[in-house]
Amino acid sequence: MSAADAIAALLWLALTAYAVLAGADFGGGVMDLLASGPRAGAQRTAVAAAMGPVWEANHVWLIFLITGLFTAFPRAFGILGLALYLPFTIALLGIVLRGAAFAFRGHSPRELATPSRWGTLFGSASVIAPFFLGTAAAAVASGSIQVRRGQISSGFLAGWATPYGALIGAFAVSICAYLAATYLTVENQGRELEADFRRRALLAGLGSGVLGLAALALAPLAAPSLAHSLFGRGLPLLLLGLLNGPFALWAVFALRPRLARLAVVAQVVLVLWAWGLGQWPDLIPPELSLAAAAAPAATLTALLVVSGVGALILLPSLWLLFRVFKSPLIEDRG
Amino acid sequence: MDNLTLARATMGTSLGFHIVFAVLGVGMPALLMLAEGIWLRTGDPVWLGLARRWAKAFGILFAVGAVSGTVLSFELGLLWPRFMAFSGSMIGLPFSAEAFAFFTEAIFLGLYLYGWDRLTPVQHWLTSIPIALSGAASSLFVVMANAWMNSPTGFKLGPQGQLLSVDPLAAAFNPSTWTEDPHMLLSAYVVSGFVVAAVYAAGILRGRNDAHHRRALLAGLAMGTLAIVLAGVTGDSSARFVYAQQPAKFAAMEGLYHTERGAPIHIGGIPSNSQQKDLFAIEIPHALSLLAAFNPNAKVVGLNAFPPQDRPNPILVHLSFDTMVGLGMLLGLLALGSWFYYWRRRILPRRLLWLLVAAGPASVVTMETGWFVTEFGRQPWIVYGILRTSQAVTSAPALGLTFAAFLAIYSGLALTTARLLLGLAAKERTARIGADTEGPAAR
Repeated sequence: MSAADAIAALLWLALTAYAVLAGADFGGGVMDLLASGPRAGAQRTAVAAAMGPVWEANHVWLIFLITGLFTAFPRAFGILGLALYLPFTIALLGIVLRGAAFAFRGHSPRELATPSRWGTLFGSASVIAPFFLGTAAAAVASGSIQVRRGQISSGFLAGWATPYGALIGAFAVSICAYLAATYLTVENQGRELEADFRRRALLAGLGSGVLGLAALALAPLAAPSLAHSLFGRGLPLLLLGLLNGPFALWAVFALRPRLARLAVVAQVVLVLWAWGLGQWPDLIPPELSLAAAAAPAATLTALLVVSGVGALILLPSLWLLFRVFKSPLIEDRG
Repeated sequence: MDNLTLARATMGTSLGFHIVFAVLGVGMPALLMLAEGIWLRTGDPVWLGLARRWAKAFGILFAVGAVSGTVLSFELGLLWPRFMAFSGSMIGLPFSAEAFAFFTEAIFLGLYLYGWDRLTPVQHWLTSIPIALSGAASSLFVVMANAWMNSPTGFKLGPQGQLLSVDPLAAAFNPSTWTEDPHMLLSAYVVSGFVVAAVYAAGILRGRNDAHHRRALLAGLAMGTLAIVLAGVTGDSSARFVYAQQPAKFAAMEGLYHTERGAPIHIGGIPSNSQQKDLFAIEIPHALSLLAAFNPNAKVVGLNAFPPQDRPNPILVHLSFDTMVGLGMLLGLLALGSWFYYWRRRILPRRLLWLLVAAGPASVVTMETGWFVTEFGRQPWIVYGILRTSQAVTSAPALGLTFAAFLAIYSGLALTTARLLLGLAAKERTARIGADTEGPAAR
């Protein structure tokens, strides 16, 4: 394995962490939008309580992913910046509005029972960001981005402003909602809210299943490069995913929330790694391989060292954060 | 408008907006650490009250800073794809290190903001230390990347301009890093200190002359004073570095057109390209040569030594530079004068309080104009002497639309943040006044 491969694996891990952690925060926004019934206010409060201490840390996985990408694969970053200018910019507007609206709303907790302006903005921006990041992923995975003599010959809409791009965008949003609802089921065990979030997890799980299967079925037609990845080297993980999907839904249905949380996370991991492994060693198929996009060796080595040292600080800190706020073993002292 | 103008406008707006939140992200944690630490030692509830109140305000500021910083990391590639394709392997390393610093800051801020009831007082105070340290580290790392754009080192280019080899450590620790990094870090403490002092000076002027306001004012002023004095020293060495390394930028800063020995300093004035001089300026003979090289007859290169397409805009750069230096000196004088008065009389008179209120926004202007000098002064280069800004810009469509969208959102965020912080202050006041009568339902 070359240094470029090692860094690609590291960045794919960061993408996975971003998906299962920050994805659930975007899904929290969806839960906020969907809050209804006599416990609507309590549902919104539960979302806010679950996200509050962790969403900013979860968000940094994206920063690490971006900085790592332009450090190790600067050419790829240049091409993606050009070809995906529009979906990335729209996703960014979503990210800014989501974060700001969440922070702003946090200072008027009494409004949580009824939909507020900030709440609606928080919810809709939480849909926009993963949707457009999903369309951008579709553009890369489907092999739609083409470069001729330093110019993007496929134009600025290729691969994402398409029905298939929209399908993957919707799939990303549904996965975010699925993650959020499953986590919230665990975090509200033994309360009435558990049933509310379980119902939402089932709906989101079914929805993401339908969208995911549709994306898979249409891939050979609409995204031949993705089909090649998934049915090629990605096949074992894809098959595992096809088995794990119904199992995760069953775990949600059978009131096994902890098992369900594990299975839903596994589902996201399987989907991402089936795609990633299948696409290796291409970074932007069919144009650019990891090796062709890679920075000089000295930079790659330095990035691995920085990441190693960084991980020594990051991992214990993350453990502490989740231990303090997500562990039922610690009683509230308040 | 063309893509170059729109991309520069978008990047400038994003940076100018983010930097205000970023510097508060460096300075506020230091104040939090101080206030809560004093409370732990003395048990004085005023300090705890300050820490809790600052933490709430900082929660909003940090969130806006985090998301606007994300925009910037993307915009490097979205607006300047050819710049990043060329420089990513050199400036990426400090950015990646910054990502870890940002992780640390976000994680411990989560613990700090939401951990009041879950951690012991000492544990809680301890979480403020990594926030303050990683905030400072973030600033140092990010400015390394900007320093590299001013003095690009650590790489070899082939005859066609292709990258042959990279030394990422030499790039990170390029010559400008040693002058830019300390100056920016100190500026962050300057702005945080003066902004906090201004908020509480305004409170005292409006009749809330209590221990709470007085201590907050003095704490902010102390940090601002220490930092502004040191920033004067680092600013001086920055200017001399620019004199030696970026002569075109230096000539623009000083509004100097003709190369001369024994060059005068021009204070103020408007550089005129047609008349080749700085109009209406106050001239101090030989002063520039003396300050730049410690020699009253040293040679200073003028703008005319560079072809027109290689010159920065002297009007923007010179006026920004004079604003930064002038306001910086006034801030320093005001800070030292306030302490002298306070030391003699144990109070601050209303006139000084009014000046301290003005010093808050003035410190922000000082910092922003400092960045104008760095950025406008580097033009027309994005990587000094290597890559032109016009060569680096994107060819993507709809930049006008996205610029308008960002401008609208940033304006909205700035207004809302200000409104919320004011509301927060008002709410805390009513809560303190009505603390005895307030029932549980009103919480």
